[in-house]
Amino acid sequence: MNKDRRDFLKLAGVTVAGIGASSAFHALLSGEAAASGLRRAGVVKTKAETRLGMVIDINKFIEHRGLAQRCIDACHSIHNVPDFANPDHQVKWLWTDKFEHVFVKDTHYRQAEKLQGTPVLALCNHCDNPPCVRVCPTRATFKKADGVVAMDYHRCIGCRFCMAACPYGARNFNWLDPRGKNERGNPLIRKLNRRYPTRTIGVVEKCNFCAHRLAVGELPACVEEAAAYEAIFFGNLNDPQSAISQVLREKFTITRRGSLGTRPSIFYIV
Amino acid sequence: MYGSGRIISALLVFVGLVTFPIWYNAGKAQQPPVLQMPAAEHPECVRDVLYMRTSHMVLLNEWRDDILRKSGPRFGVTTGGVRYERSLQKGCMSCHRDKQNFCAQCHVYTAVDPNCWDCHLEPTSEEALLSWTNEEVILNEEVILK
Repeated sequence: MNKDRRDFLKLAGVTVAGIGASSAFHALLSGEAAASGLRRAGVVKTKAETRLGMVIDINKFIEHRGLAQRCIDACHSIHNVPDFANPDHQVKWLWTDKFEHVFVKDTHYRQAEKLQGTPVLALCNHCDNPPCVRVCPTRATFKKADGVVAMDYHRCIGCRFCMAACPYGARNFNWLDPRGKNERGNPLIRKLNRRYPTRTIGVVEKCNFCAHRLAVGELPACVEEAAAYEAIFFGNLNDPQSAISQVLREKFTITRRGSLGTRPSIFYIV
Repeated sequence: MYGSGRIISALLVFVGLVTFPIWYNAGKAQQPPVLQMPAAEHPECVRDVLYMRTSHMVLLNEWRDDILRKSGPRFGVTTGGVRYERSLQKGCMSCHRDKQNFCAQCHVYTAVDPNCWDCHLEPTSEEALLSWTNEEVILNEEVILK
């Protein structure tokens, strides 16, 4: 067989390209499988020793009309949450919204009539599969070993990716200086709690499940406020002996937007 | 040289202006800040003076990352057995209550501008007044070596 120089070079080039392409393809494919988030999307479940969670009994809050607001006030005063009057600037850690807004109707054809318009307490769901943690470019938001989705405000650059990622609206951006004053000259944080920091303009903030209170053996502020009414239960979901596990075994509960695969740690008794 | 009178006198004025900071400050040595010991219940700091002077931000960052991310202990114990809270706002500032004379003095001297107090709350002015003894710590090496 007569091979000239030109043919040899052609063949060599095609061979090298073929080898390179197949290894590059495999490298991309393996990365793709991880990036597509099969594990994170709920196919594989994590099994930690502790996963803190909460059960909110909506009926108790219907019975005791002022209770939700008292919980909110307790939370916001402890954590120096500012009160921006403009709803576009609103910052909230714990809030109420109508039942049909908290539990959206898109996957629920006919919600109970009597619950329409009922205010329901809402907060960060401290998801087992938190989208806000996935998108944070600086790891300012992270998931702790006890299941709490926490934030390090020092690292927050205010990109607001987490706000876009969170399907529960649990995150708010400080458009204005929270230490500032409103147009009537009153401070936006009515009374500073000097045992806790404020935030600053340009960072995102949210509920931290009162990690600072848990560390010293106290319950979250809202749980403590509602304790007398047995309206909120708090504890380790992964401990079968805990009070919250007991409640979850006995009562029928729902979570917010379960179809999204975020696996919330906040449950509601309806 | 053509126009030498004007050129040389202008050069002299220029050199004089450029070196103005040198001869204006000549003979006036810049005094390092003088810090006072806080009049607090704790007899010692969490680390020695030299470490705190150079690396307090390292310490604060370690506390922050340990507590926030790893649920580390909120309290520590000094080598002398004093229990302290690992916190800027609740720990450091419970002894060093006067931010102006404690933090700001050196930060102004060394022209650093940390943003701690954008979020953390400094002790109130009433608290700050309670915080000082008459004992002075002069920031020079002789004191450390003694």
